[in-house]
Amino acid sequence: MNVVLAKTETGRALSDIFTVARNRLPGAGKVADHRQQAFETYERLGLPHRRIEDWKYTDLRVLMREVLPLAAAPDAAALKRAGTALKLHAIPGIRRVVLVDGVFAPKLSETSDLGKDISIRSLRDVLQTGDAALQAQMFAPENSDAMVALNSAMMTDGLVIDVADGAVIPLPLHIVHIASGAAPAAMFTRSLIRVGKHASATLVESYIGAEGAQAYQVHDSLIVSIGDGARLDHVRLIEDSREAFNISSAVVTLGAHAHFNTFGMNTGSLVSRYQAVIAVAGEGSRVETNGVNLLNGRQHADTTLLLDHAVPNCSSREIFRAVVDDRAHSVFQGRIIVRPKAQKTDAKMMTRALLLSDEAEADNKPELEIFADDVTCGHGATTGALDDSLLFYLRARGLSEKEAQALLIQAFVGEAIEQIASDALRELAISAAQRWLAARG
Amino acid sequence: MALLEVKNLQVRVEEREILHGLSLTVNKGEVHAIMGPNGSGKSTLSHVIAGKPGYEVTSGEVLFKGENLLEMAPDERASKGVFLAFQYPVEIPGVATMTFLRTALNAQRKARGESEFSTPDFLKKVREVAKSLNIPQDMLRRGVNVGFSGGEKKRNEILQMALFEPSLCILDEMDSGLDIDALRVAADGVNALRSPERAMVVITHYQRLLNYIVPDFVHVMSKGRVVKSGGKELALELEASGYAQFEDAA
Repeated sequence: MNVVLAKTETGRALSDIFTVARNRLPGAGKVADHRQQAFETYERLGLPHRRIEDWKYTDLRVLMREVLPLAAAPDAAALKRAGTALKLHAIPGIRRVVLVDGVFAPKLSETSDLGKDISIRSLRDVLQTGDAALQAQMFAPENSDAMVALNSAMMTDGLVIDVADGAVIPLPLHIVHIASGAAPAAMFTRSLIRVGKHASATLVESYIGAEGAQAYQVHDSLIVSIGDGARLDHVRLIEDSREAFNISSAVVTLGAHAHFNTFGMNTGSLVSRYQAVIAVAGEGSRVETNGVNLLNGRQHADTTLLLDHAVPNCSSREIFRAVVDDRAHSVFQGRIIVRPKAQKTDAKMMTRALLLSDEAEADNKPELEIFADDVTCGHGATTGALDDSLLFYLRARGLSEKEAQALLIQAFVGEAIEQIASDALRELAISAAQRWLAARG
Repeated sequence: MALLEVKNLQVRVEEREILHGLSLTVNKGEVHAIMGPNGSGKSTLSHVIAGKPGYEVTSGEVLFKGENLLEMAPDERASKGVFLAFQYPVEIPGVATMTFLRTALNAQRKARGESEFSTPDFLKKVREVAKSLNIPQDMLRRGVNVGFSGGEKKRNEILQMALFEPSLCILDEMDSGLDIDALRVAADGVNALRSPERAMVVITHYQRLLNYIVPDFVHVMSKGRVVKSGGKELALELEASGYAQFEDAA
């Protein structure tokens, strides 16, 4: 769609941010050229708005009222605040890698004893001193989406993770994005994880704000490549401050007989958008992508997924649950493309929303585009309220109204959470849901 | 003081009056049967006592241990000792029976200012009661009432009754949908809970149930009030003559 709109104040301010920041952004030569091209694309597209189909329900020209300057590299005080926040979110049995205000923080990370099966570098290093092929790969996501283009132009740091062929990484890797709250700021990060052939690994990403961090903006992106016969388990937890923005994109490619199990839970941030493109490029592969939104107040959370089946004999499952209270707004857009060669594809998607107030809103948009004739594909979407007869039964057994609601909400989101393969990660998601429920009172 | 005192209760649902001045007194240790034809208001009475929304009390009062029950939320009534065994227990997918039982029991104990049950004590107690009611362990792991037969659902209600130890049990049409064997198991479960400290109100359409749970008092309801009260022999009389004689009395 070619809709020409006058650039808004917000769009202009972002452009200024690039001009001011460009000398602080890592990488010269080709990297700088890529940034320039991405920036020009962004300039042409401007902030996404409702007349762009993919962004129909999340109009950033309305929602993103002000643009914050690029975050400064964290100083000692910022790192200290981040360290305190980490203690509150400590997860046992997991290897932590920390980004503070969009900058890798080695002292807060556990990267000293990695061994030979896994390597972790900072994006800054890769863009400054890495080889050209890897640098090019960091710019692989298509800039046709304005927010991806902006992220390509502005990415400051992130992690580049390689899991060796055949390696089984026992400890989950946990990327923690922390806003230190030094000053309202925007951070632009991009990470890459390549899981080698027949390897397996687990990646957890969480987004949190340190005490005092309020109106900050996270612009993140993730590139995932899962080799033949490899498996990646992936969990995202958004627990950002209730005034924060989180605009994240992911591009995932699976080889043959590969397995990707991903789960996202969103309880934080004021406005969030997670857009993922998952390309099933090798035969016999499997994708499970599940998610839960738990929203209240005036929160707005948008999950937009594109599952692209290009080859035969693959399966995908999507289970999404939204619980929406007060005046919050949940968006789920799930598109499945089955290309002509992708015979015997088995793709299913189910999205359900639970509205807890009259003013809550949930938009579910499932789309199937099927070009092969021998496939099993299906989708379903429902929206409803809590069942009064169940609530009364629970209350007649001694549960208060909030306790009864909490039990039914946990059951409702449980179906998506159950899809997480590892017990420990499932517990993480359950405790994030319980924190949200406890905060309701 | 009576355990339960219902005085001249008038109740509307939407614009229709269902109970037209019902009175009933239940003392601890007593088992009362309330019988009556369909539409006489038996279930409405049980719902109003348990606190189900949607009923408007236009007149009268309900006292439980001397306190105004109608001012309490349903969960407060439960923690004070009112238990309604549902005619149609609901299915709650995704909530394991065990989780539900523990959450409910601890919510009631907390409301009474008692300490929460420890896990081993809780498990031991549930297993004991479940065994006596022929409830297999795997049923407790399933979602509440999900995929349970009619008999299993009713036994699950009695299991809760045994766990929560209420002082007033209202059994709403416990016999509906049960065959004779299932009825006997359920009735044995209820009889085991009879105690001098506990009262029961057994609501039923048929006399059959009262062969198994023998009441101290029988009340006949018609058109929203109690039209006749007597001993257990009244039930037999009804079985022989039917409810028609009371339609006019109301």
